[in-house]
Amino acid sequence: MIPLSYYLILSAILFCLGVAGFIIKTDVITVFISIELMLNGVNLSFVAFSHFLRDIGGNIFVFFVMVVAAAEAAVGLAIIIAVYRNRTTLNVDKMNLLKL
Amino acid sequence: MSEFFGPNEWFVSRPLAELGIFALGILLLDYWFRRWRPGLTPLLALLGIGFAAIPTRQIQLAVRQAPLQAFDGALRVDNFAVYFWFLFLAAAGVAVLTSYRFLEIEEEPQGEYYALLLFSVIGMFVLAAADELIVAFLGLEVMSLALYVLVGYLRRDRRSNEAALKYLLLGAFSSAILAYGMSLLYGLSGSTRFEEVAAALARQSTAQPLVFLGVAALTVGLLFKLAAAPFHQWAPDAYQGAPTALVGFMSVGVKAAAFALLLRLFQTALPAQRPGWAPMLAGVALATMTLGNFGALLQNNTKRLLAYSSIAHAGYMLLGFVAGNQTGRYGVLVYLLVYTFMELGAFTVLVSLRRRGIVGDRVDDLNGLMHKAPGSAIMMLLFLLSLAGVPPLAGFYGKYFIFLALIQTQHFALAVAAVLYVALSLYYYVRLVAAMFTGTATESAPLSYSAGLRLALGALVALTVLVGVFPEPMLRMAHNALIGW
Repeated sequence: MIPLSYYLILSAILFCLGVAGFIIKTDVITVFISIELMLNGVNLSFVAFSHFLRDIGGNIFVFFVMVVAAAEAAVGLAIIIAVYRNRTTLNVDKMNLLKL
Repeated sequence: MSEFFGPNEWFVSRPLAELGIFALGILLLDYWFRRWRPGLTPLLALLGIGFAAIPTRQIQLAVRQAPLQAFDGALRVDNFAVYFWFLFLAAAGVAVLTSYRFLEIEEEPQGEYYALLLFSVIGMFVLAAADELIVAFLGLEVMSLALYVLVGYLRRDRRSNEAALKYLLLGAFSSAILAYGMSLLYGLSGSTRFEEVAAALARQSTAQPLVFLGVAALTVGLLFKLAAAPFHQWAPDAYQGAPTALVGFMSVGVKAAAFALLLRLFQTALPAQRPGWAPMLAGVALATMTLGNFGALLQNNTKRLLAYSSIAHAGYMLLGFVAGNQTGRYGVLVYLLVYTFMELGAFTVLVSLRRRGIVGDRVDDLNGLMHKAPGSAIMMLLFLLSLAGVPPLAGFYGKYFIFLALIQTQHFALAVAAVLYVALSLYYYVRLVAAMFTGTATESAPLSYSAGLRLALGALVALTVLVGVFPEPMLRMAHNALIGW
């Protein structure tokens, strides 16, 4: 049987890859996918804990995380489309109207 | 386990259900009647807020002695939660009153705006009463998702788009961090209930890396929502781009909701972690005050300036949390209440500066306001002085109890730093005042006053002054909110 720590390390790696992608990438869509990757890391850790603790709570949390991720994607893509219509670029570095 | 939807559940979900029904009703009726009656939806939203206030009041009377547990312990409605519920309703009411004319000038549809506003209030309600990780997470997301859309509501305005995008990306990022912290705490305790998390963590050492990581991730997620340093960068951008009529609600409601969860988490789920975390949160509070106050010094945009000042206010409130005694918690509650009046008031004056063809959000736009609209200028002066904490006004009491708590708990250095920062903050508030009273106006277009805006402004200025002069009722409310803690 695969020990719990393996799952946790994998979930931490997924989460950190998501964080790295969020910080490094300049394309809005890629940044958005990085956030989904972070949430998947969270899901994996919930499912692993839930399995090893024999408690259903973690599995239920995963469902809600997925619901939230879907809602975030819906709202996020709508906002991304609005941005693209007004300035025809999705590069995060060019989002610089708002400053001092 | 008792029946899932018993009398307690009905009773507790009534304000939530009424807000939800009104929000959905607004969407439908707006679709049917938009062409004939565009003013219908704000009225419905006000009605919804009023209808939600009635069961909230009934719940307040019912929970005075003992808190109500509902949904198998997922929601815990006590005096503390009800205090915040009223605060959210008041903030939402002001937002609705000031928004109608503003959206007309921006030529944006009225309907969805109010529906989204009510949805975000539902999220805040859940957040303030959550006694379980899943429900807290959902409340936070319901609140945030509605606000992401509201920030980008001015679809043709590139600034609003950009603000929404930044708010969305950083908000979703912080929620993911928060959820990761929750997963670790769940793994350590085997339950999502706050009390069981506390019981499980009490058996483990604080120094254990997973405990540390879990609490850190959870706290960071909440500090993002509070716009505390070093996670404050989104706030000035989001506030500047968002519709002005919404910014006051955003800065008050989100801050209050996040503080409600933070206080409850460290009170019921992580009491054993508090001593270890207080020094780190003291550092965060200090950094927040520093960056907020110095950031505000440099701004030429009034909305950005107030955004930085709201970051500084979050820093003062965090100090009450750092002190950690009953006076500190009491100070945070009082501060949030008075902050609601004065922050919403200042933004309401800014809303009236938005006219057709004039954006009105630069500091220069305040020039000569005293000659053009003396009433507005004097009200703005009162709000700004209150924000700065000048004694006869409401804002003073928030700061007073926070500093008192710091001194009671021997945090003298922090208290001195906070007082110095309050003195520094006078500079940028006075800068706005000077623009109003000594500058010469660049245009002479009359301010855009609607009946709703007048009503909101009158109520806010009355509360700011009256609470300052007769603080007793407000202090008693905050005191009652902490009964049972």
